[in-house]
Amino acid sequence: MSPWLHKQRNLLDFTLSSLSRRRGKTLGMMAVYTSIVFVLASVMLFSHAIRREAATVLAKSPEVLVQRMVAGRHDLIPARYLDAIKGVRGVQSAEGRLWGYLFDPAAAANYTLMVPTNPRIEPGKVVIGDGVVRARSADPGDLMSFRAHDGALVQFKVDKTISRDSALVSADLFLVAEEDFRRLFGIAPGLFTDLAISVRNPREVTKIAEKIDAALPDTRIILRDEILRTYESVFDWREGMLLVLLAGSILAFAIFSWEKASGLSAEERREIGILKAVGWETGDVIRLKMLEGMVVSLSAFLIGYLLAYLHVFHFGAGLFEPVLKGWAVLYPKYRLAPFVDELQVATLFFFTVFPYTIATVVPIWRAAIVDPDTVMR
Amino acid sequence: MRKSDGFLIVWAALLGLFGASFVDAVMGLRQAQPGLAEKADMVERLGLTDLVLFTEARYTRHPSQADLHSAFQDHPFALDHFPTGSLLPPPMLKRHPG
Repeated sequence: MSPWLHKQRNLLDFTLSSLSRRRGKTLGMMAVYTSIVFVLASVMLFSHAIRREAATVLAKSPEVLVQRMVAGRHDLIPARYLDAIKGVRGVQSAEGRLWGYLFDPAAAANYTLMVPTNPRIEPGKVVIGDGVVRARSADPGDLMSFRAHDGALVQFKVDKTISRDSALVSADLFLVAEEDFRRLFGIAPGLFTDLAISVRNPREVTKIAEKIDAALPDTRIILRDEILRTYESVFDWREGMLLVLLAGSILAFAIFSWEKASGLSAEERREIGILKAVGWETGDVIRLKMLEGMVVSLSAFLIGYLLAYLHVFHFGAGLFEPVLKGWAVLYPKYRLAPFVDELQVATLFFFTVFPYTIATVVPIWRAAIVDPDTVMR
Repeated sequence: MRKSDGFLIVWAALLGLFGASFVDAVMGLRQAQPGLAEKADMVERLGLTDLVLFTEARYTRHPSQADLHSAFQDHPFALDHFPTGSLLPPPMLKRHPG
């Protein structure tokens, strides 16, 4: 073994002995440090993964949606608006969508009712998402009844259930036939919830949206780009909110670690004095103390990050569930695709490991350049 | 065995696991591709616009479709009482296309 490596091993031995002499303090510090890295890494990994998943999955959502607004509220849109939209050059297709919400008193949950055009659902039948299956313990062949707008009972037979794998987009879906939807809510033929439009040239989307806006001034137009931006901003906001809530504890930890790393106890001062007196050089003393800092911070980073990775991608981010769930009864069981941003991990590494290690250097250097005799007194 | 040997073995194991987490992410993404494609296909087929994350209120279930200021729409000064409301961003100003 080269003398340099031999020296580093000896230094590491000495560092570990020095840390184990203050076992309680070191372990306490490690535990707090690891939890801070764990929480920060969990928020970071979760937000990034769900943002990327939303962007990937919703990339095929309707290109343009047109809602009718009446007195500032979303209102049903007449079919004649379709003719006006189809008259705009560049519009490839336009169709009315029927969707809404249904409160189920039996499960105390809100379902999202939709009328799919592909595949069409037979009247009297329903296709339900995984959340509805769990909330109602429903299986194919079971009957479900709801009160229509006029108080009459409307009965549905569960035809199929949607796989749990796609629960993130389908957990609360309740897919019914157009006749049943109109019967349930008393919506006359010729009225839709909103209109979905596809355009021939994606680069003309904003121009076409402008034309629709001019032709139909009482409408609100939502572009696919805006849907994707909504999710970017929802999770930017959420990440920001969590970080603001965490800011107090992060600041407390920063003060604690700065105090711990930069303030030398009398015992540590004496230790430095003895090392100098027995012939250690200032550089060696600084290296020793930096190694102490690195042992604590790098170990905390590695353990905290690994726990966060397991928490988010292998245990379904269980700690965040109550925050995301709120008062919702239906919550999808999903496992996020592990989208990891290496740059974010590097940033987390830089901001958690380096400050602590560097904070140890200045006071050690100050103590190490003083005469050993003075330090030991 | 010296203390440093034991510690270096633990560090090597941790660094190995750290590296393995990136390999796991790449493999996990590869495995998740069919599921993501299936979800994207369902979004296209049914014309879905939002993730099923906040089902407690209609304006939190479909944040991208909700009315502007929907949290306060029931009557003036009607404050939002759903927990999710505090996690959703404030309403964006209506953007005119273009």
